[in-house]
Amino acid sequence: MKQAKEKIIKALGKIHAGLILLFLYLPIMVVVVFSFNTSKRNIVFQGFTLEWYGKIFENQRLLESFKNTIIVALTSTVITTVIGTIGAIGLYKYKFKGKGVVDALMYIPVVIPEIILGIALLSIFAIMKMPLGILTLIIAHVTFSIPFVVFTVRARLNGFDPSIEEAAMDLGAGRIRTFFEVTLPCIMPGVLAGAMLALTLSMDDVIISFFTTGPTSTTLPMQIYSMVRSGVSPDVNALSTLILVGTIAVVVITQGGLFSLIKTKITKKKI
Amino acid sequence: MKPMVEITNVNKYYGDNHVVKDVSFSIFDGEFLTMLGPSGCGKTTTLRMIAGFEEPTNGSILVGGENVSDKEPFERDVNTVFQSYALFPHKTIYDNIAFGLKMKKVKKEEIKERVTEMLSLVQLEGFEKRMPSQLSGGQKQRVAIARALINRPKVLLLDEPLGALDLKLRKQMQIELKRLQKKLGITFVYVTHDQEEALTMSDRIAVMNGGILEQLGTPDEIYEKPKSKFVADFIGESNVFEARVEEVQKGALSLRTETGTVTAKNDACVQNEIVYISVRPEKLQFSEKEVEGFHLTGVVKEHIYVGSFIRSIVVLQNGFEVKLNRLAGSDLPPVASVTNLYWEKEHAVVMHSRQHQIFSLIDNVDLGEHYETETAL
Ligand SMILES: Nc1ncnc2c1ncn2[C@@H]1O[C@H](COP(=O)(O)OP(=O)(O)O)[C@@H](O)[C@H]1O
Ligand SMILES: [Mg+2]
Repeated sequence: MKQAKEKIIKALGKIHAGLILLFLYLPIMVVVVFSFNTSKRNIVFQGFTLEWYGKIFENQRLLESFKNTIIVALTSTVITTVIGTIGAIGLYKYKFKGKGVVDALMYIPVVIPEIILGIALLSIFAIMKMPLGILTLIIAHVTFSIPFVVFTVRARLNGFDPSIEEAAMDLGAGRIRTFFEVTLPCIMPGVLAGAMLALTLSMDDVIISFFTTGPTSTTLPMQIYSMVRSGVSPDVNALSTLILVGTIAVVVITQGGLFSLIKTKITKKKI
Repeated sequence: MKPMVEITNVNKYYGDNHVVKDVSFSIFDGEFLTMLGPSGCGKTTTLRMIAGFEEPTNGSILVGGENVSDKEPFERDVNTVFQSYALFPHKTIYDNIAFGLKMKKVKKEEIKERVTEMLSLVQLEGFEKRMPSQLSGGQKQRVAIARALINRPKVLLLDEPLGALDLKLRKQMQIELKRLQKKLGITFVYVTHDQEEALTMSDRIAVMNGGILEQLGTPDEIYEKPKSKFVADFIGESNVFEARVEEVQKGALSLRTETGTVTAKNDACVQNEIVYISVRPEKLQFSEKEVEGFHLTGVVKEHIYVGSFIRSIVVLQNGFEVKLNRLAGSDLPPVASVTNLYWEKEHAVVMHSRQHQIFSLIDNVDLGEHYETETAL
């Protein structure tokens, strides 16, 4: 009796998990499947083709927007990471009047609706008479991702023993040397996490980019958005599939890398 | 012996908080000097001023005859062993120990040689490739010591280096540290709040309290001849009585405490002065009859067997509990009986009271009047 009950509960659990996975991955599966469809319409699967994949590489505007996305994402990530890390260290180390206010202000770009930040940035660029383009796009992306780097680096710094820095100075390292030899390696996981966040945020931002970009500097997410306005076409499916494959590859590599790192640490411990 | 560190009239304020108060002392070359005092008395601050992490508000610090006021920590010939070890978590043990030499751009081969030498000195051969997280507390502490000593500093500063270790390991490390210091002949400035540690390891002890240097002396001097009530209380165990000097005869003093008369020896006291008398528990004696020069009675509260000796508590009329240590097997008055207490007058230490305090209870009108005239001056 009891065993039967347990069996039923287990079966229900499996069904539950299966439904969740289906709910999450069915839409994605649809995109992938229809990217190989000979028909232009996402209704019935008529036959297999790679035609749409070829079309992507003929689409100049798409390629251009992809290039823009990469440029903006990489540049803004580097700038954000440097500014955010320095800011986090400053906020951690120094006590000054109004520090609480600065702390609170850091949260505003995070919680503010994106559309308002977009309009605000557009206004300031207009006032400053800056032509909209790659540069304004980069500035906008730096603006909204700095707090994320500050938060991740600060979280790391909170567990950091300041006497480690003192030890380095005590042993003859100057301030700059101490930073690069000791401080930076210790907070590196936080810096990298912040950089990854900034990169991701920049790569898929649509709303703020929409307000701050010019006609020649469309990014990939914006390009896709404009392509699907007239319905989802198979080439968009193909592009989405490619992005999906790229993302999965990145996840596998980083996770795999992490995994092997952990493994070596464990084996080292055993020695 | 020439002084290695000279601290002269050093004060340190954090805002309005005066944490080191006009401290002056010298540390000799090759000496093991311990700064001892309760938590918050300014030991770490003093040490950090020698290392260069804090600047004195005023006063001067000389290391090896050279004023170091304008020198950054990385320009001073002193190294520090931190209480938290402060090992570089991302570097191997080898790289941790090699760090100081690497900063000085010493050649790779020499670094290797000296790191190996250091590892054997602290008995950690074979640990080169490990990470700090893979070491026990005691091993980390050895690495911290090796990392500091490899630079051959003039002075090694140690801030409660054994504070985080368990008792057994601490005892063992105390012996090792002392051995290391003797072997290398480097000046050690050691900070601890553990008086036993200070007494066993040090050549001299600087007792600090509330930012003040209370007394500087050998462990023997500190223990046998405390100069202040604080030192007498803090080092070992002691019974401290407050008393007024009633009579000064050649070397012998007749003193009046709140609960009776006692006798002690001191040449530097004047009549009517208020003093503290410190007597170690093992120097106090029971007597059935009154002993000449003493009129000090109390009720025996309890006898507790503590291994080789017996700890007795006698309560005086004012509620003050006197502690006595007697050898196991000696004759003891029964619990709840009234007993006389006394000591050999050489065994009591008389200390001048800093502020002229007065008894809380005054049974002698003359005393009160006299005292008032004195404070009025
Ligand atoms: N950086 C600081 N800022 C303000 N006050 C401090 C600072 N460091 C220490 N203090 C204060 O100075 C006093 C002495 O501290 P410390 O030297 O660390 O004492 P100890 O090492 O003897 O326990 C304490 O009251 C402490 O609160
Ligand atoms: Mg301290």
